[in-house]
Amino acid sequence: MTDLWSGLAQAFWLVVTLDAELVEISARSLQVSLTALVIASLIAMPLAALLAVRRFRWRRGVIAILNALMGLPPVVVGLVVYVMLSRSGPLGVLGLLFTPAAMIIAQIIIVVPLIASIAHQSLRDLWQEYHDLLISMNVSQWQKMKTLLWDARRALLTASLAGFGRAIGEVGAIMIVGGNIDHATRVLTTAIALETGKGDFALALALGFVLIGLAIAVNLAIHWLSRTEREGRW
Amino acid sequence: MTELFPLKVRGAATARRGKMLVGPVDLDLCGQKACVVIGPNGSGKTSLLRLLHGAARLHRGTITWACPTDEARHHQSFVFQRPVMLRRSVLDNIAYPLLVHGVKKPAALDAARDWAGRVGLTEMLRRPATVLSGGEQQKLALARALVTRPKVLFLDEPCAALDGRAMREIEAILTDAKTAGTKLIMTTHDMGQARRLADEVVFLLGGLVHETGPATTFFDHPETPEARAFLNGDIVE
Repeated sequence: MTDLWSGLAQAFWLVVTLDAELVEISARSLQVSLTALVIASLIAMPLAALLAVRRFRWRRGVIAILNALMGLPPVVVGLVVYVMLSRSGPLGVLGLLFTPAAMIIAQIIIVVPLIASIAHQSLRDLWQEYHDLLISMNVSQWQKMKTLLWDARRALLTASLAGFGRAIGEVGAIMIVGGNIDHATRVLTTAIALETGKGDFALALALGFVLIGLAIAVNLAIHWLSRTEREGRW
Repeated sequence: MTELFPLKVRGAATARRGKMLVGPVDLDLCGQKACVVIGPNGSGKTSLLRLLHGAARLHRGTITWACPTDEARHHQSFVFQRPVMLRRSVLDNIAYPLLVHGVKKPAALDAARDWAGRVGLTEMLRRPATVLSGGEQQKLALARALVTRPKVLFLDEPCAALDGRAMREIEAILTDAKTAGTKLIMTTHDMGQARRLADEVVFLLGGLVHETGPATTFFDHPETPEARAFLNGDIVE
């Protein structure tokens, strides 16, 4: 209990004094997770829309695999990305291992199935509603996807936020591919793991509170910017 | 100028999960007239409309427009019994068919405003379409269907579950569309509406065309006992 109070006090102190290292780590956490989120959303949402409107042979199989991949173990993703990006790996020539770019790649792989699956659920329901209308209007496949993505934007925001939650709180994969290098690849989650390992529970808890605060702040900011609750049923 | 009629339907049939929904149907339709499809529940009215529009799969027979089928589809619109509202504003709903067919946004929005005015929705242009009343939603669906100036407008019981006032407003819009040269092909359960709007009648029974002809002839002197019974309000199966 003492650690908890001490952690809260230290978190408060770190934030009000704008501790340089905390700011650096937090900024890197946000940079990595938000970049991964944007790229993952750009991949996952068109994929979800395509799976909603297009009928093809292995569609059900693809959806089942996508749903299964929501539970992809981050450590395994980290290991696979590590092998691919290591010097002897097929992408070793790019020299991305132990860089924020490697961490972004790992997070994209983890987050894409999650966003695509949640988005697909919403888009499939909307497609059932719109199907007859869009067919009767002779709308092209691409326009159907665009219409669904635009009209379901509020539900897709929820999918993105779920992806952000997974990305910002992820530690296993980015620890492996990033290496938790000070001033290079250290982010909030890897710093928490490090401080816990060193036995500095108060600092680890402080960083944990900052992480939770950051995640809530980003969620609230996105909700506020997209005016989720202001336009009623959309 | 593309000519869609005469429409020739020969032995057309559609089925779902092995069950024949309608057909085989033989029918000749010419333009410039309102054709009302009537018949008891389950007689295949909606299926026939969907089949003619190309929204249902043709399992047997042929449907031949005077122009290529793809081109004919571009000159058609469909209004459903339960209007489907896009999760957008009234204005954006009406403009949608123009935008997806390549009309520039300012022109599409101008046309949408014009049609909203014609159907009496000017005051609610910015409101979400999903919060409108049933009658308003059906008027919106009509404006959205007519904004492309279709040559054929399919309507599947457009006034079902609407009160008398909403029905009168919708019939006025349909009469205007007919006068402007749009061919109406619609289903209805309301014989009063059928008498007011129809130029020709198709009476369906058990998925087959049982009787067809000019509206006045059909309503005043139906040929078959089933049609007579149906018009008298008896149960016909």
